[in-house]
Amino acid sequence: MANNQPTALERFLRGILPENPLYRQVLGTCPSLAVTNNMKAAMTMAASVAFVLICANLMTSLIRNLLKPHLRILVFTLTIAAFVTIADSFLAAFLPEMSAELGPYIPLIIVNCIIICRCEVCASKQGLFASAADAVGQSVGYALALASIATVREILGMKTWFGLPVMPGSFPAWGIMILPPGAFITLGLLLGAANWAASARSKPSAKPS
Amino acid sequence: MTETKRQSGYFAQAWLVIALALGFSAALAGVDVALRDRIADNKRKATFGKIPELVPGATGGVAMEVDGYTVYRAMVGARQAGWVVRAAGQGYADRIELLVGLDARAETITGLAILDQKETPGLGDNIRTPEFRGRFAGKKTDRPLQPGSKTADNEIQAISGATISSGSVCTIINDAVAALREKLAAMAEPGL
Repeated sequence: MANNQPTALERFLRGILPENPLYRQVLGTCPSLAVTNNMKAAMTMAASVAFVLICANLMTSLIRNLLKPHLRILVFTLTIAAFVTIADSFLAAFLPEMSAELGPYIPLIIVNCIIICRCEVCASKQGLFASAADAVGQSVGYALALASIATVREILGMKTWFGLPVMPGSFPAWGIMILPPGAFITLGLLLGAANWAASARSKPSAKPS
Repeated sequence: MTETKRQSGYFAQAWLVIALALGFSAALAGVDVALRDRIADNKRKATFGKIPELVPGATGGVAMEVDGYTVYRAMVGARQAGWVVRAAGQGYADRIELLVGLDARAETITGLAILDQKETPGLGDNIRTPEFRGRFAGKKTDRPLQPGSKTADNEIQAISGATISSGSVCTIINDAVAALREKLAAMAEPGL
């Protein structure tokens, strides 16, 4: 079964751009709208997702031969929920300010489709090494996606990047960029740009499914 | 598959789910035991750590309950420096939780800290800024505070675009002060 699966390197590379979880698969959009009004929150979210994704992929890959088809989603959810709770506790213990700012969005990683998608697509079918490479690739892709949105929103909305002032004082802060509409506008424009770039590159062949 | 076979197969099918649930529960219990004290300590520090900036000179505090409010007696060594009152109320978007510093006779506000708020980012959440919070220090508690543009004795300059959030903070403080002012003055260490 593993013979026609992509190799570990392919899995890793695909996660970053060709199968980017946010821009190509359009998964995990809720946190990418909710916590991207500054870089610190976005990167804490990306790190938490990476931790959960890597752990869940490794765990799923370890037990992949024991999975019953009709119980697999239950097992994935159980695994993900356990690691999310661990991540949530660690944030509350070591980064209490970030934990307070991210609020419910860390527990909500449990229902983040990226992770269950990777368990289903890769970890339940491939070995530890390929699953780890896949998780790292998808995590890097997601982190880059969150960073791109947060960079636009924080710089235009608060004139800072990672809390450091980067814009001239005369530039007016666009308040809307750190509000929910700014998130939708930014995601929409970047998503459109990513699609345009991808379709321009692969012209005139049909879209990959 | 017959009915009997299916029933005997339940455990054969579900054992992995049961084993994982038990294993993860144990792991979560372990994480909780390891981190519980640290998390509780963080929450305590979020309040106690603010006392020195709310009551000038204070180095620590003793928590107590007065009329349903959590009140901290702010101490400089063994002497009382003032009071810190924890208060909460409705803001523009959600509850605002804050700490008000008062002098020992509860006559003057010495500081303000916002513990929790979900006001509009970029507008109402400016109640967290030192600039806005600083407008409360030195205000007398004998008249209720109100938001305004002029700086009369009992007026707090409101944040532009966030009059409701500014007013909510004033109301929360007014309610707490009205409930506690005389009691705290009576409870202050004699000679202050």
